[in-house]
Amino acid sequence: MTAEVATAQTTETAARPRRKVARSDRAKSEARLGWLLAGPAFVVMLLVTLYPILQATYDSLFSYRLTAPDDKAFVGLRNYVEVLFDKVFLQALGVTLLIMVVSVVVELLLGFALALVMHRAITQLRGLLRTVILVPYGIITVVSAFAWFYAFDINSGFVNHWFSWLPFIDTDLNWFAQQGTSLFVIIASEIWKTTPFISLLLLAGLAQVPTELEEAAEVDGATWWQRMRKVVLPNMKAAIMVAVLFRALDAFRIFDNVFIMTNGANGTTVLSLLAYRTSIGRLEIGLGSAISVILFLCVLLICFIAIKLFKVNLAGARGES
Amino acid sequence: MRAMSTRLKLAWALITILVLVYALFPVFSILATSFKLPSQLNLGTFLPKTWTWSNYEQILTGSAKDLFLPSLRNSIGISLIATFVAVVLATLAAYAIARLDFPGKKLILTTALGVSIFPVVSLVTPLFNLWRNIGLYDTWLGLIIPYLSLTLPISIWTLAAFFRQIPWELEQAAQVDGATAWQAFRKVIVPLAAPGVFTTALIAFFIAWNDFVYGISLTSTSAARPVPAALAFFTGASQFEEPTGAISAAAVVVTVPVVILVLLFQRQIVSGLTQGAVKG
Repeated sequence: MTAEVATAQTTETAARPRRKVARSDRAKSEARLGWLLAGPAFVVMLLVTLYPILQATYDSLFSYRLTAPDDKAFVGLRNYVEVLFDKVFLQALGVTLLIMVVSVVVELLLGFALALVMHRAITQLRGLLRTVILVPYGIITVVSAFAWFYAFDINSGFVNHWFSWLPFIDTDLNWFAQQGTSLFVIIASEIWKTTPFISLLLLAGLAQVPTELEEAAEVDGATWWQRMRKVVLPNMKAAIMVAVLFRALDAFRIFDNVFIMTNGANGTTVLSLLAYRTSIGRLEIGLGSAISVILFLCVLLICFIAIKLFKVNLAGARGES
Repeated sequence: MRAMSTRLKLAWALITILVLVYALFPVFSILATSFKLPSQLNLGTFLPKTWTWSNYEQILTGSAKDLFLPSLRNSIGISLIATFVAVVLATLAAYAIARLDFPGKKLILTTALGVSIFPVVSLVTPLFNLWRNIGLYDTWLGLIIPYLSLTLPISIWTLAAFFRQIPWELEQAAQVDGATAWQAFRKVIVPLAAPGVFTTALIAFFIAWNDFVYGISLTSTSAARPVPAALAFFTGASQFEEPTGAISAAAVVVTVPVVILVLLFQRQIVSGLTQGAVKG
């Protein structure tokens, strides 16, 4: 597709009038039309994100509670100090990172397996497989959280009854009473819901691996594992990186499942939930804004690490030349 | 194609069953729960012992009606409007990006990418405060505006990718053949662009329909509260009763349309999701 765009642009340039004045006039009017069409979308995007984050940055410098709005006072970076040295915040950060790393790693493996299955499947099966794979993607996260919660719940669940033959499960096991088991169910539901997305991205990546290369390797006697490692994976590195980055950022913002299943009980509070509880729950706008800004900076940091360290070319992988 | 050996056929059957179980099991689990009698919820079985419609009656005509039906109306209305606005704005923007050459094209795409990775919770605190001051708190408009931060960026990326693949020369060809500019646009370009616009709308709608953070933060009553937020506020018929059955039934009601859309438009959704994201 990139090549196509390039050709289209060359023809367009070539077709333009030779005279310099006319060209600049035309370029000007084209630029005007371009911004006229794309401007509204651009302005709306800035309004719904840039304004709030600037406002949050400003509010984060104040001691500001909605319950006592008259006591609003400038405190500089004190909110940040308070947040960063708070045990609750540090634990939430740790839990969020744990959920992010575990779910992305498992999803990458599971998603790749699913992508391979869809890639190899015969045509009749492929449609069926892609359709069922899309079901978890389409389902509301809150609904999926309830489904998993009720399945594991000590009262209404059936998981304990089904798996009571396993050494560490019996009918009295309350999954949501300890941190470890709670996080297990939370991560499982997150993986179930979002693996389809990653597997579709990887499927698109698999489709770009030249079949001749793979066949050549097979003829040369390479084993399945060698073909994967030396031919397939290197050729779809860009797709893998983009999938990982997008899912990592998404998992870092996890909120819905945790809110529904534990509401942060037993050491399962994640950063988004902490920010929500501080500002919407306790109406501490100053502190909540500080957590919001930190959350935003974390996302920027993850992007920065991905782009600088792992050389993820987001624009390139997103179809931009 | 060479005939598959029995062993290979068996392997594929097994794999297909595994994938089916993986993808559908939680769906069937909540479906089964929605048909259980409240008194039989604790039996520990997967399927209900006695099948009942009582949970559905409760949310559609019974005690939970006033909680569920308004939220369903809110969800449908707000998500449709947010999708419509996003798709209109994104269609104009994507057309400009795909067809015109102007400075700032890259800036617009980068901005869309930046907005799409924004943590929603970071936006909620200032919006919560502002909405309360200017009277947008707990209104439809108060959710439609922030929903654009979810629906607009992905619409721009997906549509720009679709529009780049349209053979625009056909428009000129039609004009050379004697069609007016309007005819060429309506008869040639619109049919080519429509599937991409439709797919984008579908994906944007899924995203708006799925929102939870804005829904619980920026609403307080059934005036604007969407379904996912309302589910979190369900209570049992009495203080001692868990709302499990009602929530499951409501969950099934909002899931069925999504599953139908997925079944009908599987091919379009897959191409839309992957085109926007990976070089295609």
